[in-house]
Amino acid sequence: MADARTQVLGRVRAALAGTAPDPEPVPAPAGARPGDVVAHFAERVADYRATVVRCAPADVGAAVAGALPAGARVVVPPGLPEEIRAALADPLVDDGLSAAELDRVDAVVTACRLAIAETGTIVLDHRPDQGRRVLTLVPDRHVCIVRADQVVADVPEAVGSLDPTRALTWISGPSATSDIELDRVEGVHGPRHLHVVVVEGAEPR
Amino acid sequence: MTGTFVGMPAFPAAARDALADTQLRHNLAHATATIRGKRAAVVGEVEHWEALRLAGAAVKERALHGLEDHLVRLEESLVARGAQVHWARDAAEANALVADVARRHGADEVVKVKSMATQEIGLNEALAAEGIAAWETDLAEMIVQLGDDLPSHILVPAIHRNRAEIREIFLRRMADVGRPAPADLTDEPAVLAAAAREHLREKFLRAKVGVSGANFAVADTGTLVVVESEGNGRMCLTLPEVLVTVVGIEKVVPTWAELDPLLRLLPRSSTGERMNPYTSTWTGVTPDDGPQEVHVVLLDNGRTRALADEVGRQALRCIRCSACLNVCPVYERVGGHAYGSVYPGPIGAILNPLLHGIGEGTGDPQSRSQVESLPYASSLCGACFEVCPVRIDIPEVLVHLRSKVVDAHRGDRVPKPEALAMRAAAHTLADAKRLGRAERLAGRVGRLVGRRGTTPRLPGPGAGWTDARDLPTPARESFRGWWRRTGGRLDGGENDG
Amino acid sequence: MVTCINDALFPGTGASVVRLLRRLGVDAEFPEAQTCCGQPMVNTGYLDEAVPLVRNYVDAFETYDAVVTPSGSCAGSVRHQHGMVARRAGDPGLERAVTGTSARVHELSEFLVDVLGVTDVGAYFPHRVTYHPTCHSLRMLGVGDRPRQLLEAVRGLRLTELPNAEECCGFGGTFAVKNSDTSVAMGADKARHVRSTGAEVLVAGDSSCLMHIGGLLSRQRSGVRVMHLADVLAATEDAP
Repeated sequence: MADARTQVLGRVRAALAGTAPDPEPVPAPAGARPGDVVAHFAERVADYRATVVRCAPADVGAAVAGALPAGARVVVPPGLPEEIRAALADPLVDDGLSAAELDRVDAVVTACRLAIAETGTIVLDHRPDQGRRVLTLVPDRHVCIVRADQVVADVPEAVGSLDPTRALTWISGPSATSDIELDRVEGVHGPRHLHVVVVEGAEPR
Repeated sequence: MTGTFVGMPAFPAAARDALADTQLRHNLAHATATIRGKRAAVVGEVEHWEALRLAGAAVKERALHGLEDHLVRLEESLVARGAQVHWARDAAEANALVADVARRHGADEVVKVKSMATQEIGLNEALAAEGIAAWETDLAEMIVQLGDDLPSHILVPAIHRNRAEIREIFLRRMADVGRPAPADLTDEPAVLAAAAREHLREKFLRAKVGVSGANFAVADTGTLVVVESEGNGRMCLTLPEVLVTVVGIEKVVPTWAELDPLLRLLPRSSTGERMNPYTSTWTGVTPDDGPQEVHVVLLDNGRTRALADEVGRQALRCIRCSACLNVCPVYERVGGHAYGSVYPGPIGAILNPLLHGIGEGTGDPQSRSQVESLPYASSLCGACFEVCPVRIDIPEVLVHLRSKVVDAHRGDRVPKPEALAMRAAAHTLADAKRLGRAERLAGRVGRLVGRRGTTPRLPGPGAGWTDARDLPTPARESFRGWWRRTGGRLDGGENDG
Repeated sequence: MVTCINDALFPGTGASVVRLLRRLGVDAEFPEAQTCCGQPMVNTGYLDEAVPLVRNYVDAFETYDAVVTPSGSCAGSVRHQHGMVARRAGDPGLERAVTGTSARVHELSEFLVDVLGVTDVGAYFPHRVTYHPTCHSLRMLGVGDRPRQLLEAVRGLRLTELPNAEECCGFGGTFAVKNSDTSVAMGADKARHVRSTGAEVLVAGDSSCLMHIGGLLSRQRSGVRVMHLADVLAATEDAP
C-alpha cells in the first residue's frame, strides 16, 4: 500500500481532476482609513479594556513607572531601550528564565513591532526589545510601549509589513473569554492587565 | 448527554428530546442573541464587508483549487524551518502519530489548545487508551471535559451550559484532576474564569508536550496560525518543549498576504470582536523561543471526499467561525448535540455528510441514517449564507446533499413512503389536466371531512402537521376551476377561497 | 403564475392578484397549462422528479413578457433552482429555455414596485396589520422593503412592527413534516411575536408560510387572521 503522503496527495489530485488552479493571489479590498491613526488606535485599545496613556518621548519612563503597582517585581527583555529600563527600579533582565520563575514576576515591560489602529492590536515579533514569547505571557501585567510612527491603519498594512518567518503575537486587549453565556470577561490565562504607552513625536528608530 | 456521539439517533428524534429541555432552550436563546448583536455591530462598521467576503471566499477557493501544489509547498516550507511533517489518511492514523510523539518523550499528559480537528478525530479518547491524559485548556472545552459532556457549538462548546451549571461542574470535578475549585466559588463569569486560571496554570507550567490545531497554514512560508482569546493557546504553543499541530488539509492558505482578508473576517464573524485578544503565528522551530521540537500532522479524514463533490466542495472554505450557528433558527432551538457531531448547526449539516459520504455504504445503518438526516435539518431560510464570511452557500449545498440522499435510495428494494408520495405528486403536477382532476376530487373530499374549513387529524407523516397546526381543507373550487368557469372575470362570481 | 398551494388551497389569493393587476391596467392571463414550479421536489432532493415540472413550466410561460407570482419562494425556485434541474436533465435545450423564463419571473411586490413603478395601488384596508418578511423573498430574492412600501400606501392600514421579523417561521416545505417538532417550535415563537403586536391581521408574501403560522394561530384560537399581501392590496372601499 502507498504511504499516507502519496495517497492523500493522490486523492486530492483525483478529486480535482478537470479543475483548473487559480494561479494569481487574490487581492483584498483596502482596510479602514482613519484620519488620525494614533488617536484611533488609542480609542480602540481602550475599547477592549486596556489602559492607554499617551505621552511625549521625555515622559516615557514616568508613564511606564506609573503603570506598575508599587513594589511590583518587573522583568524586561534584554534589548529594551535604556531610557525605559532606567525608569524601573532594579528590573529582572530575561536571560532564559524558566516559566516557573516568570510565574513569580508581577509585570513585564516591552516594546512592540507595530500596532493596528482599526482593531486596537499590538503586534510583537519578539526581537530583543520585546523578548521571547513566554516573557509577555506568564506575568499578569504587560506594559507595552508603542511609538506613534509604529501605528498602521488596518490589518492589510500590518500583514504587508510583518516578517512571517518570525514568530508573531498579535495582542488585542487583555486575555478574555466569551465562553460563559457568550458574555465577554477579561482575564483568563494571559496577562489580565494590558497597559499601552503611546509615545508621540518620537524619532523613528 | 454524556460520552460519545456514536449511536446518536437521526436528527428529528434528537431534536425532539432537545426541544423538551427548557433550560437548554433558554441558555441557547440568550447566548445566541448576545453574539448575534455583537457580530452585527462590528460587521456593520466595516465599509467593504461584502467585498471582503468575496475576497475571503476567493482566497479559500484558490487554496482548494490548487491544493496539491499548496500542500507540497507547505511541507517544503515547514521542513526547511525545522518542523517534522506527517500525513494522516484518517483519524486512527493521526491519533497514532500524536500518541507516538508523546510516548517518545515519556509524557503521560499533554496540554491542548482548542482544536476542532483533534475533536473530530477523537484524539483525547485515543490518547487516554494509551495512558496519556489530554487536558483541554480552553475554558469551554474544559467545562465540557470536566462535565463528561459533549461539545455543542464550534466556538463555545459549552454554550448549552449557564453560569450556575458551570459553577456546579467546577466544584464537583476540578479536585479529581488537579487543583480544586475554591470553596467560595460564585457563578460570576469573572470568578469562574479565575478558577480556571488557577486550575490550569500548574498544568501549563509542567507540561512537556502541547497539542494544537491551526486556523490557517500558509503554504509559501510554512507559517501556522492560531486565533484565540484566553491565552491558553499561547501557553500550549510556547511553554512545552514539544508541539504537535494537527491541521486539516483544507486549512492551507497559499500566501502570507492572503491571510489578510481572513484575519479581518474571522474575529468579527466569530466572537463579534474587531480582533480576538491573541493571534499566534509560528514558522517551524524558532531558535531559543518556544518548543524546539515541532511536528505537523496533515489530516485528510474525509476532506478529499468532500473536495471531490463539485457543489459540496465549498464547505471546505469554512473557517470555523460559527456565525451560521448563531443565526440559525433550528440551531437556536435544538442546540448542537442533536447534530451528532463536533460540527453542529448549518455547517455541520453539510460538512458531516460531505466528510462521511452519502450512499457509499460506509458505516452501520444507524449512523448512515443519522448522517442522511442532517441535510434535512434546515428550513432553508438562508440566514446562514447571509452571515458566512467565506460565502458558503449552505442552502444550495443542503439541497444538493438531499438529492444525493434520494439518489442513494433509488435502488432500494422497498421505496420509502416519501419517495412514492413524491413520485405520485410529481406525476400529478406534471400535467395541468391531471392536476385539475385531482383538485376537483380533493375539493369534494375536503368538503366531506372538513369542519369549518379545517382538515381533521391526518394519519402517517401528515400527523406531523395536524398535531400542532390547523390545516385548511382544499378549496371547493380551485383557482384553475374558477378561471375556467369565469375566464377570470371578477363579476363572474367571486371565488370563495 | 398562481402557485400550486394557491391554486388548490387559497384560490382567493390568485383572484386577488388578477383583480389587482387588472385594476393597474395589466393584461393578466392564467395559462391553464401551468401546474407547479417543482420546488417541493427540488427541496426534498427529488431532482429527477422535478424535471417534467420544469419542462411544463417553461412550456406554459415561454410566450409571456412577464410572469408574476404571489410567492417569494416560487419566484426564488424558478430563478435559482430551475437551472440546476435543467442541468441535471442533461438537456441543453431545456437549459436555454430556463435561462429565458427564469429572468422574466417576478414576485408580486417586485413587479408592482420595479416593473409598474407603483407603490400606491389604490387599496383600502382599515385594519391593524403586522408584516412577516418570508425568508425566500427576503434572502433569496432580496425584495427588501418593497412590500412595506406597498403596505404603507394602503389607506386605513396601520402597520405595527413584528419583533424578530426576519427570523424564519419554521415552515420550510417538507421540513414542516420531516422535522415537525422543530418546525412547530419555530412557528410557536413566530406566533407569539405576532400576538405581541396586537395586530388583527398578519400579512406575508407567501401562502405556504401563512398556512403554517396561521395554522398555529388558529389552533391557539388567537383571533389573528393571516392574509396574503395580494389580498390586502386588492381590497378597496368598493370591494373590501
